[in-house]
Amino acid sequence: MSNLMSGAKILLECLTREGVDCIFGYPGGVTLPFYDALYDHPIRHVLVRHEENAAFAAEGYARATGKVGVCCATSGPGATNLTTGLVDSMMDSIPIVALTGQVTSKLIGSDAFQEADTFGITRPCTKHNYLVKNLSELPQIIHEAFYLANSGRPGPVLVDIPKDVFQGHYQYQPVNSIHLPGYKIHLDGHAGQIRRAAQMMWEAKRPYVYGGGGILASGASKELKELVETLDAPCVLTLMGLGALPSSHPNFISLPGMHGSYAANMGMYECDLLIALGVRFDDRVTGRLAAFAPHAKVIHVDIDPAEIGKNRTADLPIVGDVKRVLSKLNKNLQEMIPTHQAQNAAGRRDWWSQMRAWQTEHPLQPEFSTDEIKPQHLITELDRLGGGNAIVAVDVGQHQMWSAQFFRFNEPRLWLSSSGLGSMGFGLPAAIGAAFARPDKTVIAVMGDGGFQMSVPELATIASHGLPVKLIVMNNGYLGMVRQWQELFYNNRLSSVTLDCFPDAEKLAGAYGFKGKTVDKPHELRAALEECFAEPGPYLLNVKVTPFENVYPMVPAGGAINEMVLGPVNPVTV
Amino acid sequence: MLQVISILLENKPGALMRVTGLLSARGYNIESLTVARTTDPTLSRMTIVVDVDAGLRKQVIKQMNKLINVLQAADLSEGPSVARELVLMRVRAPMESRASILKEAEIFGARVIDSTLEGFALEATGEAEKLDEFIDVMRSYGEIDVTRSGTVAVSLEPRKLRLSSPVATGTAITSQSTTGVLNG
Repeated sequence: MSNLMSGAKILLECLTREGVDCIFGYPGGVTLPFYDALYDHPIRHVLVRHEENAAFAAEGYARATGKVGVCCATSGPGATNLTTGLVDSMMDSIPIVALTGQVTSKLIGSDAFQEADTFGITRPCTKHNYLVKNLSELPQIIHEAFYLANSGRPGPVLVDIPKDVFQGHYQYQPVNSIHLPGYKIHLDGHAGQIRRAAQMMWEAKRPYVYGGGGILASGASKELKELVETLDAPCVLTLMGLGALPSSHPNFISLPGMHGSYAANMGMYECDLLIALGVRFDDRVTGRLAAFAPHAKVIHVDIDPAEIGKNRTADLPIVGDVKRVLSKLNKNLQEMIPTHQAQNAAGRRDWWSQMRAWQTEHPLQPEFSTDEIKPQHLITELDRLGGGNAIVAVDVGQHQMWSAQFFRFNEPRLWLSSSGLGSMGFGLPAAIGAAFARPDKTVIAVMGDGGFQMSVPELATIASHGLPVKLIVMNNGYLGMVRQWQELFYNNRLSSVTLDCFPDAEKLAGAYGFKGKTVDKPHELRAALEECFAEPGPYLLNVKVTPFENVYPMVPAGGAINEMVLGPVNPVTV
Repeated sequence: MLQVISILLENKPGALMRVTGLLSARGYNIESLTVARTTDPTLSRMTIVVDVDAGLRKQVIKQMNKLINVLQAADLSEGPSVARELVLMRVRAPMESRASILKEAEIFGARVIDSTLEGFALEATGEAEKLDEFIDVMRSYGEIDVTRSGTVAVSLEPRKLRLSSPVATGTAITSQSTTGVLNG
């Protein structure tokens, strides 16, 4: 009976076999046996200050590495607090495994203390979820959870474990194989479709690459670069795709969509072939669907068959892993060079001169002022210090859009953004996760004064571990994005968007035992940022920026992608 | 038009909720749903009749096929199929109308499964529309009490069932991740 192990120890054994060495969590009554087993186990547990942030930190970890992030919470309120992070990772296809404690099996359904139907509540928040009924199933379920989280289209998987399962004992046998007959992953794209795609690409006069998070999930940056260079096509990357192609690459245009550049959106509007790679035609990208890329045939590559034709009908769908599909596609493109490349070369040259003209006409231009710090000024200064190599975790709102416009990324997995769900309070805990995952990297958390205040408790986590995170608050005294919409669409009736009583950053950081500062003069910004970046520990820099700056260009919700508001003037329709 | 969806799924707790959740999350009302074990006790067969916007039918089937517990979801409205429903009914039958009730029941192919002084219990199977008529006819004799099973349907074309093979643990597609410092 040498292998008779407690459920808690079996769980730790399975996590170890999955390569886990870091869990973000918060203990409670029913997870006591698990935390007791963790006490002298090599897996590191990071105690957050709110369970929602455990999920966000696990996401930050996963986004920065591509590995499964792990979070843990107790039953009832612990589990319900995780749900925002679960939905967030579901929307952005981020692999996390959430472990929750549940009340003892025989109490389930009795309205026991801290009981909630976690399995039911999280069903629509996860790719898949489990309620462990017997300890004997636990190893199988844990390995299935990790496999599901990080294969196919990645996503969150939750495992709900009753207290008696942690406490029970079982003859542990390592599980070496799992079988999920209904879980079908389509990795290799259809060879004939790929060949046709290559043909369509050479036949296009105005090809346009629209890449997203799927490129990062499949690790297809190299293949994307090769495709873009072979075709010499312009490339836009969504909020989830930023960094898939280095920002310095001459073919990279910018983010498209609601706050995309003029050139990016005009390119979308005028292209004759849209090469959509690992994207889901989100409404923030497409604007009014009927007016999106109206002249284009669409090639859509995605690992999830349900994404094909969901929002925009694909003329040529390819279901498969973007990396695998692109490497075959690139081979096809190469083979066709002698016969096809010259065919529309002139057309494609004209396309580029048109793209360059749009870029020159209305570039993404940061604003500067000598009187006040412009938000764009702050981002460009941060970008200068990060040099395209820092991890940038952002929150949600105006600062997020300016960050997407003005940060440069030399490689993938540097940009951590709650993109689909848009969860405020994401940036700071995501930065914590990234700081644990990539201690070799500078980690910057850029937040608005709204989102930052949703994350204040985690300053303790940062202080406790002395994490050298650069905490930058872009403070305009408002819930800036909501204020912008109220200004533009609700007659400037600013309803409940004033964020007064922001704490003194120096005192706040000081209360946690690290440095903080407030800066509000443009000529002091650079020195303040340099001090922040030079600090070996955490640093909170509160940057007071122009209160009424708006993010432009802007495609109003439901508008056509070519109908952008380019600045604080009248809309330009082309 | 109503969509008839046939689903082969794992016979596990929560599997039903995953399927119905997809429909309720999109605001679709389920007209009928039947589920029962197949000859393989680890699997269940479900037939759902639901009113889905024509443009979204394919999407609903795709989303169902994404569910881990679902082995196959198919839209039976697309190809040849047969659909049947069972009705159990209690009908009050005073002496003077018993003969004609039995005659009507025979026309609809219904069987008497219980007979008392008060009336009959009847069982009928058929297409949903035919059973609607049967119920209307029986109601004309007086008070009735009806339970319908909901539609069960089978495709008349063989459908290839594609299943995934077992995988070794710890082999989550490695091409999908970059080198990280922690967690493997």
